[in-house]
Amino acid sequence: MADYLDELEHRTDAADPSYGDTEIQNYTINFGPQHPAAHGVLRLVMELDGEIVERCDPHVGLLHRGTEKLIEYKTYMQALPYFDRLDYCSPLGMEHSYVLAVEKLLNLEVPLRAQYLRVFFAELTRICNHMLNLGSHVMDVGAMTPNLWLFEIREDCLNFFERASGARMHSAYFRPGGVHQDVPLKLLTDIADWLDGRLPRLFEDAISLVADNRIFKQRNVDIAIVSKEDALKWGFSGPMIRGSGIPWDIRKSQPYDVYDRMEFDVPVGTQFDCYDRFMVRVEEVRQSARIMKQCLNEMPEGPIASFDRKVVPPKRGEMKRSMEALIHHFKLYTEGFHVPAGEVYVATESPKGEFGVYLVADGSNKPYRCKIRPTAFSHLQAMDFMMKGHMLADTTAVLGAMDIVFGECDR
Amino acid sequence: MGHSAPKIATIDGIAEEIGVLLGSMLIETVDHADELTFIVERDELVNAMVALRDMAQYQQLMEIAGVDYPDRPERFEVAYHLLSVTRNHRIRVKVSTDEDRPVPTVTHLWPVAGWLEREVFDMYGVVFDGNTDLRRILTDYGFKGHPQRKDFPLTGYVELRYSEEDKRVVYEPVKLAQDFRSFDFMSPWEGAQYVLPGDEKAVAPAAPDAAPTPKVTEKKADTGAGEAANQAAKAKSDDAPTKPAATADEGKGAAKPEDKA
Repeated sequence: MADYLDELEHRTDAADPSYGDTEIQNYTINFGPQHPAAHGVLRLVMELDGEIVERCDPHVGLLHRGTEKLIEYKTYMQALPYFDRLDYCSPLGMEHSYVLAVEKLLNLEVPLRAQYLRVFFAELTRICNHMLNLGSHVMDVGAMTPNLWLFEIREDCLNFFERASGARMHSAYFRPGGVHQDVPLKLLTDIADWLDGRLPRLFEDAISLVADNRIFKQRNVDIAIVSKEDALKWGFSGPMIRGSGIPWDIRKSQPYDVYDRMEFDVPVGTQFDCYDRFMVRVEEVRQSARIMKQCLNEMPEGPIASFDRKVVPPKRGEMKRSMEALIHHFKLYTEGFHVPAGEVYVATESPKGEFGVYLVADGSNKPYRCKIRPTAFSHLQAMDFMMKGHMLADTTAVLGAMDIVFGECDR
Repeated sequence: MGHSAPKIATIDGIAEEIGVLLGSMLIETVDHADELTFIVERDELVNAMVALRDMAQYQQLMEIAGVDYPDRPERFEVAYHLLSVTRNHRIRVKVSTDEDRPVPTVTHLWPVAGWLEREVFDMYGVVFDGNTDLRRILTDYGFKGHPQRKDFPLTGYVELRYSEEDKRVVYEPVKLAQDFRSFDFMSPWEGAQYVLPGDEKAVAPAAPDAAPTPKVTEKKADTGAGEAANQAAKAKSDDAPTKPAATADEGKGAAKPEDKA
């Protein structure tokens, strides 16, 4: 390492080029890393034959922040906000996997109301995420208006998150043992009104512009067809695997929290193309609204976090009155809780697919290893085989239908 | 009732079924937190994976995760997470390796393994034998080192900035304004090894030496006077520094170390 550092400080002879000058060979065309349709910082090196894509090599990692390494140096509670910042379009979906993984290692029971609240806000997150994806997908293939209308809904969702947690995007609302705080009744009634009125009105309006639109169909139907076998081999999940006709939804098959009490349908594609993936997401929004209504009907009163004071810190009001609560509060916010040694892999159905957390604990208050399984990593890798033989202009449609966010892909 | 993490129905006898399927390839089966882990021989990994995919219906490879245990003789663990969408079950297959010994690739079984193996290579330096595209993936172009290893510092070795003079991005060794603070949270009452300020006062003073023999002057030699003592005192005063040099410093405060020579 010493000579490497020497090299960096230009203590080498001038004849050698310095480190930053390493030549990067560019192939035929370079898509991104700064491109409005790249949905972040994606660099695609594409080999073209005329307008036909022969080969496509995605370069990722331009947004790598070392989240997994940072988490190893944080207590279990301090690590939580990093998950918001992975897929910043659906923060609570990421938190969900993490808190469930910690709870599984602790074998901690969560009160029913907290489970309902988590499912409720996870589904709101799904709506919020799909609004962004559907809108930008439509815009990538040339339509402007639906995106603006769908962003109205997204804005509503973000306002609801703010009223629940205090933050519009990075909520840090789910905690090991429950959720951070209870929601006011007015918020729930407002969301109920929104689910009955504004959401379906705006959403169906916007989708009616594109779903049967001739141009939109020309750009998406029969683009990037993925067979069932390929979808399995390439590790697809979420709307991508359902778009390929496999009715696989972790919420149904491996239910967590109170999803086993919910009634909802799993939409699947029939033609396995980009249009199917789009329509699967459209239907998922309707099903999410259905789940949220069931949550509102069934949600019981009660505690919103476990009473295990060795894991869940007491509220501030209690902390001011009770000596024991003060001790717990201090210990949990400095040292945190210790998690028994072991390893778990917990995957949930995030809006984009299977988001997994492989957590290795060594009995201390910090994770020994926290491997994050992003959805975009597997999907983006299939880009090469999905793009082969398609036109250059189809790239944006394929990328839009994949729903990729680089905060999560690069970690 | 327990936790509310994804409920995966356990399949009766699945551990035995896979144990039979893997036969001598299997080293150990671990059943922890309702999750099955099969540790297999590194060289037999591909055969084991083929058996699991084709005979036991684990169609999907969801994740490859590396873990670093620097104390072990083979320090890296590579964990493959398999999912069966037909049997609705998940298992984990593990192999261990070190910096030099390659792990056979599974890219020909699951093309998704390509990037997943690249990531493990990038983060840990584990080499995958047969992966034709083993480039770095998440780190920078031209990055050196393997950042997820436990001996790689959290801050890394280099930082980059845009240099206005050079009109390009330059890389420089990391310079931190403040050290990274790492707290170990060990209780000083329960076996912490370090000494806290003030702790030294708590240490019991060392037991005094055995009772000193009282000084007596029974004989003339014991008094410290006489010819021998005079000789010794004279020799000592010859060696001593001359007085004026020492007094010259008095006004300036503490004597400098050089003055003592």
